[in-house]
Amino acid sequence: MASSTRVTFPNKLLPYLLLAPQLAITAIFFYWPASQAIYQSVLREDPFGLSTQFVGLGNFRRVISDPNYLNSLHVTVVFSIATALIAMALALLLAVMADKVIRGKGIYRTLMIWPYAVAPAIAGMLWLFLFNPSMGTLAYLIRSAGYNWDPLLNGNQAMVLVVSAASWKQISYNFLFFVAGLQSIPKSLIEAAAIDGAGETKRFWTIIFPLLAPTTFFLLVVNTVYAFFDTFGIIHAVTSGGPGKATETLVYKVYNDGFVNLILGDSAAQSVILMVIVIALTAIQFRYVERKVHYG
Amino acid sequence: MTNCGTRLSLALGIILASSTSSFAVTEISWWHAMTGANNEVVETLAKEFNESQSDYKVVPVFKGTYPETLNAGIAAFRAKQAPDIMQVFDAGTGVMMGAQGAIKPVADILSMGGSTFDKSLYLPGIVSYYSKPDGTMLSFPYNSSSPILYYNKDIFKKAGLDENNPPKTWPEVWEAAKKIKTSGAANCGFTSTWLTWIHTENFAAWNDLSYGSNENGIGGTDVELKINAPIFVKHFQELADLAKDGTFRYGGRTSEAKQLFISGECGIFTESSGGLGDVIKSGMNYGTGQLPYEPEAKGAPQNTIPGGASLWVFAGKSDEQYKGVAAFFNFLSKTEIQARLHQVSGYLPVTLAAYEETKKSGFYEKNPAREIPIKQMLGKAPTENSKGVRLVNLPQVRDIQNEEYENMLAGKQTAQQALDNAVKRGNAAIKQAIGQ
Repeated sequence: MASSTRVTFPNKLLPYLLLAPQLAITAIFFYWPASQAIYQSVLREDPFGLSTQFVGLGNFRRVISDPNYLNSLHVTVVFSIATALIAMALALLLAVMADKVIRGKGIYRTLMIWPYAVAPAIAGMLWLFLFNPSMGTLAYLIRSAGYNWDPLLNGNQAMVLVVSAASWKQISYNFLFFVAGLQSIPKSLIEAAAIDGAGETKRFWTIIFPLLAPTTFFLLVVNTVYAFFDTFGIIHAVTSGGPGKATETLVYKVYNDGFVNLILGDSAAQSVILMVIVIALTAIQFRYVERKVHYG
Repeated sequence: MTNCGTRLSLALGIILASSTSSFAVTEISWWHAMTGANNEVVETLAKEFNESQSDYKVVPVFKGTYPETLNAGIAAFRAKQAPDIMQVFDAGTGVMMGAQGAIKPVADILSMGGSTFDKSLYLPGIVSYYSKPDGTMLSFPYNSSSPILYYNKDIFKKAGLDENNPPKTWPEVWEAAKKIKTSGAANCGFTSTWLTWIHTENFAAWNDLSYGSNENGIGGTDVELKINAPIFVKHFQELADLAKDGTFRYGGRTSEAKQLFISGECGIFTESSGGLGDVIKSGMNYGTGQLPYEPEAKGAPQNTIPGGASLWVFAGKSDEQYKGVAAFFNFLSKTEIQARLHQVSGYLPVTLAAYEETKKSGFYEKNPAREIPIKQMLGKAPTENSKGVRLVNLPQVRDIQNEEYENMLAGKQTAQQALDNAVKRGNAAIKQAIGQ
């Protein structure tokens, strides 16, 4: 049976030809820069490339022994977990609520999806305009209500601000997938449970949530990668890694060391470490978490 | 496909045609980081120069923020596609100077253009900042500014302060700021942009204090920072103490604090003279004064140091191109161009003649704020403490300082700890950058 459903190509070359564009993109945008990063990470070079010296793993040794690097690792873990959790929990809540709406469902959903179209840097600017203590409208209200809102100096408040902005932007995406996931759950299951006397909360946790597991798992992977990489624009616009180093994530540190401080070797070594971390994270997620996911 | 191909060959044809028609004209590329009104100035200058002669054509290209422009230039140099002229911000000066093989000194280029380069025509404070220890001018000062004091006259009146007499020393600023806060004239007394450039680098120069060894890096790249000397600690502890009750408000690492002053949140403000345009545009009732100094310092006030940016020329270009660059720089040095640039944009004039002409025209009587930074820089001949700060990795060292200052202002550490850390981390970063 399996062989009959598989598409076979009469031409031996055609499949490779069809794959070629994707392979070319992967090679140009992933393998080539990644190999350049690995090459740069074992060199010590001035910004202009006038003098180059092979240092082996020296850059890695220095990066790993730098307390600031461990700090940014810590920041990244806190930031990523908080962002993924908040973005997914709120999206699930909104999706469940949206599922119940009868009138104006389309408008409600469209409005929910809008923030996804906003570029990270723009999203960062929006939040900055609202919450920057120097010029933010909402910041002014918070301050005049007597709360000492100052994310420019208070690291925890700065973290709250970037996590909020990053998760706000991702809620739409998660919402979309949760809505689709909810629609694929057979209504008969839920009705049967309701007839058996299961309350709304019980129905959610025992039927809906487990059946949503594949969606949730997929989103967990996507959100983690998002929090690691795609939030650079937000952090750059809102806090620039400050105050102190309170919101300096691994990706931001790569940028800052490479493009502001012009220490190319250290920056390349960090991006290689980052690459390893993300490959490992994805592998672990697929290998272990996926086993426990019930694909209804 | 065919349609696409035709278009492509058409486009190629146009490119080829245009490049052949302009064969006789040498193109000079100029990468810059100027936005808004300043971008228009760049475009106008290029246009005027191009129309004034027919041998060279200056083509300005906007490359993003200052750091982005610097990075674009470095990447282009590595790919052997460097522009002829690149605008580099003050903190990038040391980076460019460290790249001896990549750049060509402007002094050499100016003499290639036929005219001999006469240093005495230029403002000494600015020229010395962009020169090697032996006096060779390396880059062409384009937009220079220096920090000055701004204050809100309405808030001064409300607080019972003399609106025609701005505070001259830091203790006077603290007193006035406290009075503004306690009298309720404003929520905050004092704020400042750039704690690194104004309260560290210029604080050192203006009070004739050493920022670092080796003439703050002008004498050599191996620098040990000295900014944890007692007088710096005193200054920053005063700032930290005032921050506790909001008498001093921190606005951010660069020029974000301008908003706090323009919105009337804070009464007194230190900021670059280049920020004057926004203050005027806001329509507020403002006054200006010299940057305050520390009366305990013996030589104060000495002279302030320039910020802003200068134009660097890359090495490895043809003689024809260098002649074009020289012609353009000579054009920029013309008295009428410099005088106009200074009066319209608020940059400091680069030549003394432009300053004299502006003075004669009576411009400063109507715009006293424009003359303050010039007087601050011309007042005394620069000492070894006040020629400027030049580190191969000044942007990184400023970042380190900012982080320590933020932790200090947040109450996590004292000024002594903050400055000790800034020195320790800064010295280590400098050592790494110069390859030790």
